[in-house]
Amino acid sequence: MEVTINNIRKEFDRFPALNDVSLNIASGELIALLGPSGSGKTTLLRLIAGLDFPTSGKIFFGDQDASHHSVQERNVGFVFQHYALFRHMTVAENIGFGLKVRPAASRPPKTEIRRRVSELLDMVQLGGLEKRYPNQLSGGQRQRVALARAMAIEPRILLLDEPFGALDAKVRKELRRWLREFHDRTGHTTVFVTHDQEEALELADRVVVMSQGKIEQVGSADDVYDRPGSPFVFSFIGESSQLPVEVREGTMLFQGQPIGIAEAGDGAGELFFRPEDVALVDAPDALFGKVTACRRLAGTRIAEIDIANEGHAPYHVEVEVPLHAPIELGSETRFRPTRWKVFRK
Amino acid sequence: MIHNATASPAKWRLKQPSIIPGFGLTLGFSLAYLSLIILIPVAGLLWRTAGLGWSGFFAVLTDRRTLDALYISFGTAFLAALVNVVFGTVVAWVLTRYNFPGRRLIDAIVDLPFALPTAVAGIALAALYAPNGWVGSLFMPFRIAFTPLGIVVALVFIGLPFVVRTVQPVMEELDREVEEAAATLGANRFQTISQVILPGLTPAILTGFALAFARGVGEYGSVIFIAGNIPYVSEIAPLLIVIRLEEFNYAGATAIATIMLIISFVMLFIINLIQAWNRRRYGNV
Ligand SMILES: Nc1ncnc2c1ncn2[C@@H]1O[C@H](COP(=O)(O)OP(=O)(O)O)[C@@H](O)[C@H]1O
Ligand SMILES: [Mg+2]
Repeated sequence: MEVTINNIRKEFDRFPALNDVSLNIASGELIALLGPSGSGKTTLLRLIAGLDFPTSGKIFFGDQDASHHSVQERNVGFVFQHYALFRHMTVAENIGFGLKVRPAASRPPKTEIRRRVSELLDMVQLGGLEKRYPNQLSGGQRQRVALARAMAIEPRILLLDEPFGALDAKVRKELRRWLREFHDRTGHTTVFVTHDQEEALELADRVVVMSQGKIEQVGSADDVYDRPGSPFVFSFIGESSQLPVEVREGTMLFQGQPIGIAEAGDGAGELFFRPEDVALVDAPDALFGKVTACRRLAGTRIAEIDIANEGHAPYHVEVEVPLHAPIELGSETRFRPTRWKVFRK
Repeated sequence: MIHNATASPAKWRLKQPSIIPGFGLTLGFSLAYLSLIILIPVAGLLWRTAGLGWSGFFAVLTDRRTLDALYISFGTAFLAALVNVVFGTVVAWVLTRYNFPGRRLIDAIVDLPFALPTAVAGIALAALYAPNGWVGSLFMPFRIAFTPLGIVVALVFIGLPFVVRTVQPVMEELDREVEEAAATLGANRFQTISQVILPGLTPAILTGFALAFARGVGEYGSVIFIAGNIPYVSEIAPLLIVIRLEEFNYAGATAIATIMLIISFVMLFIINLIQAWNRRRYGNV
């Protein structure tokens, strides 16, 4: 099911948790809402589900305006961060609940419900646990019961709020891969919320980066990592350093000195670059500073460099250096970004 | 790929003394205290009753007046506890779920039956529900005060806070997300309340019922003013005990007390069993 979100605004006591958010979710897509805590991810997910209603703006399911449809009418699968399983029901009763509460006209017969439940249990690899109660399951198992329960109603769209948030690292990785396979198998339009960029980049077809109630950028993992559209995205995703610069007559100046990179369009701005997009150089026009620390990071080494010039504010940057580069603590190092982006003031 | 946790087999075993010190001391104290306050008086009661012998005991037990008094005591307490379960749960719901002007006041009023001397409550209720009272006159010719129904009214008044105060905290702890989950699965409000919320509250409601019931069985002060105390009709067992005492028939009084004790104990024990069964099923997270 294709979902279109048009200029949504949501206020809580006059405070805008979402501010003019628009988004198109294609049918069958696996999309991640990524952003720091408090950026409005859960709020957006709840608005799509109909658990809350927007202050203004519209939500379309296909080309049907669903803005005023109740949560029951929307037929969405929602997996809550803390699962929200029914404690007094067995696993099978939890999963069958959505079918059991249907109006008599559309309710499948008991045997059919039982068959669907066992099918779903197999799908989430929990066959044999139907008689357990939720408190007799591990976190990862509860998560999958919650997912099976949401899938039982054949939802038009599947919404997951921090689906792996409460799990330990190993189970998280397993479930992450499992969810990807699950999505590829079932083809459900899926939106999941996360504050973990690794999760979002690895799992999602498209990532929606959010900050302070706004969408900063929507794009593939490559888009948001390699072509960040805003200073926030650049610094939120991956590692980066940031320096105030000025462009004058085609060259970039840092603290009044040319640093040997060309940039069009005069004016002040913020220079962003990633640690891996830096070359050590031996030239007068470059950035330079003292190495204060060196960290081994898998196949490379990260040097932390303090830039401190008389009469100017000090800056701290991180650059990736080859393993065998002659770097000594306390030595002065010259470098230039090889790929960068300047965001104008 | 994904491992299934093995459930620990539930077995009966003596509770392991924990690593926290003081187990022996606190257990000893608890037992001594319980003996002093509860067990020794109960033993005294049984001792006194034993003086009657079996035949004497049966004579008291099968006496029409005793049977009627017991029936009225337990019957009215049971009815009142049932009424309180329904309305106490509703009151708890209103207090936890809605914010309205005067909520704190109502919250405080719920405790009034705890604080009010029961005799005062009895006199006030009797005045209200008497055939010429404010409320009682509305129901004429149907009489409330001075009938078993009047007893139920008094016991409802006395028992309300027990249900409200046991259900309310559990209700406050209920996870709103569970209700929302039910809604996303298509459940309407009624289905959510009856199939999701109420089952979660059952243990608390049962406890509230047990407390209100036990309190109702033992209630004396408020009831005697409104009951009319007509033997075989609206005479409660505690009153009959007092009457026997005033006749210096100590054995007869303690025999009735013993019967009440046994019935109460059995009922509370059954409720506890239900609770334990509940807990074992859902786990107390
Ligand atoms: N029910 C609510 N009442 C008041 N403020 C809320 C409510 N829900 C969310 N907010 C506020 O809206 C903002 C966004 O919250 P949320 O969507 O939960 O963020 P995220 O899921 O990205 O961490 C936060 O500042 C939060 O405090
Ligand atoms: Mg959230």
